[in-house]
Amino acid sequence: MAADSGAAAKAAEGGADAPAAARTAAAARSLRLGAVLVVLVLAAALPLFVSGFRLFQFTQVLIYAIALLGLNLLTGYNGQFSLGHGAFYGIGAYTSAIMVDRWGIGYGWTIPTAGLVCLIVGFLFGRPALRLEGLYLALATFSLALAVPQILKYFEDWTGGSQGIVLSKPKAPLHLPLTEDQWLYFLTLAVTIVLFVLAANLLGGRTGRAIVAIRDNHIAAEAMGVNNALYKSVTFGVSAAYTGIAGALSAIVVAYVAPDSFDVFLSITLLTGIVIGGFGTIAGPIYGALFIQFVPNWAQDISKAAPWAIFGLFLIGFMYVMPRGIAGFLQLVWIRLTRRAVSRSSNST
Amino acid sequence: MDIFIQQVVSGLATGGIYASLALALVMIYQATDVVNFAQGNMAMFSTYLAWSFLQAGLPYWVTFALTVIIAFVGGLLIERIVIRPVEGAPILTIVIVTLGLLVIFTSVAGWIYSYIQKPFPSPFPEKPIRIGQIVFGAHDLGAIGVTLVMLVVLFLFFRYTTLGLAMRAAAQNPVSSRLCGIRVSWMLGLGWGLAAAFGAVAGMMVAPVVFLDPNMMGGIQLYAFAAATVGGFTSPLGAVVGGLLVGVTENLVGTYVSFIGTELKLTVALAMIIIVLLVRPAGLFGRTTIRRV
Repeated sequence: MAADSGAAAKAAEGGADAPAAARTAAAARSLRLGAVLVVLVLAAALPLFVSGFRLFQFTQVLIYAIALLGLNLLTGYNGQFSLGHGAFYGIGAYTSAIMVDRWGIGYGWTIPTAGLVCLIVGFLFGRPALRLEGLYLALATFSLALAVPQILKYFEDWTGGSQGIVLSKPKAPLHLPLTEDQWLYFLTLAVTIVLFVLAANLLGGRTGRAIVAIRDNHIAAEAMGVNNALYKSVTFGVSAAYTGIAGALSAIVVAYVAPDSFDVFLSITLLTGIVIGGFGTIAGPIYGALFIQFVPNWAQDISKAAPWAIFGLFLIGFMYVMPRGIAGFLQLVWIRLTRRAVSRSSNST
Repeated sequence: MDIFIQQVVSGLATGGIYASLALALVMIYQATDVVNFAQGNMAMFSTYLAWSFLQAGLPYWVTFALTVIIAFVGGLLIERIVIRPVEGAPILTIVIVTLGLLVIFTSVAGWIYSYIQKPFPSPFPEKPIRIGQIVFGAHDLGAIGVTLVMLVVLFLFFRYTTLGLAMRAAAQNPVSSRLCGIRVSWMLGLGWGLAAAFGAVAGMMVAPVVFLDPNMMGGIQLYAFAAATVGGFTSPLGAVVGGLLVGVTENLVGTYVSFIGTELKLTVALAMIIIVLLVRPAGLFGRTTIRRV
């Protein structure tokens, strides 16, 4: 978030003297903080207004937002393509399901474990991926996405083959007066907030600047002393960990995992999410998650095939007219508005 | 030994199909430095069109020709209308656009033709062909034959026609070609058209084996990726050799390595892609591109 307001401040500087720009930047920062607080309050109050299936859908939005944030770390901020993040989502979901169902471990423990497993798998996949540039990385990750359902079916003893694993929804602990759906919503919300704050801190600091520098010009970054190989593979791992945690949450919330739900179309869904939400922004994943959760639902009324046709049209359409997604568009609008305010204030002095 | 030869021949047949699709990928890659992720699904859609023509009562080879022509025009139009606006955009943008095409083709096929599998006829007799002790499927041999004919036609086209020369020039050095009066942008369109035509042939050859279904090309496209990677994305010859190699490897590994069988076939392709990319990213026949930074 700090990076975003920095960009706004830089843009504002163009048309005005420094104090005015600083004032606008400060205003922008407090406005942004206010907006975040409003969203948080609304999110916390949501279970008062909606319940049952609707609430379950919003839980799913939060889960998607985590997964998209993970993908955005990698593709949006670090500039490494992944067309196969559905694979990590699936690994996270299966880690959780296997731990709960086969080993009887409490579901709460499965969430960090899934993150850790995916961190390691992602790091190991990211290591060789270092040598793959752009298109080839897209190819390798796309192939990973194509191959994963088959791999999941193969280890039948653990994964239950194509039948998948059926879990039971956990009840609220400590006799809290919450329904299962409400409890899972709050649990997911808490995890989401923690992960978003962590990501914002990571990206706002030195590490984040290194990650972005590699995307923008990896040779210059190397020359500035950024260890490209290390940063890239760690980013791959962290990104996979985020997506894996999202997968684990989805296994708990949906209470069912099956190999065919982690096919290549899940990966394309996630990619659609960050394209729509906006590459390289923290808020983008939230817009993207709302899109990929609710738009297919509405489109389903037209035809079973319609959601995908709409995803496809949006993917292509956004690339033409809004390549930085909804978040980028809003940023642009914000800059336009504040720039006018700055130039007006500098004219009056 | 008989089983071995039989597996090799049927591997060559599926390999030929992978080779056609890989060739389509390579053709687009050479001209534009982009992998068309929708290649397989465009092929799937063409095959559905062929199915419609057959249902309407057209004879097989008329349908074949008609489908190839329509696929060519369709590919050309897609390049002109959909890809043209993002020509020269970052690779990620173009990849995303082709992924958009992929899902659109899948869902439109599902919309029109439903997701239920349909049988697709083979133009070749059902009776297997015996040579000594070994039995070959007629469709297998036919598919190899069709692939070979296509390759020869393509080779002659690129080697001996002015248009073929112009296309090669446009792919190799767009700027100089433009100065010579070649309409480079249209050459890219032609490349997409040819690639789509090749894909259509691959689709019609593979559909009798895997049945028609909007998702039928998923696995085949993975193999075509493997083929193009093994052979090298910059070499048409490599795509063909890679396709045959991948097809034969797939069959032999499936037959002789018991823990892989048919259940991990796609993983074999994934492993091949990753190993080749790590050991020799340019592939067997590809040229290593040296980039000035």
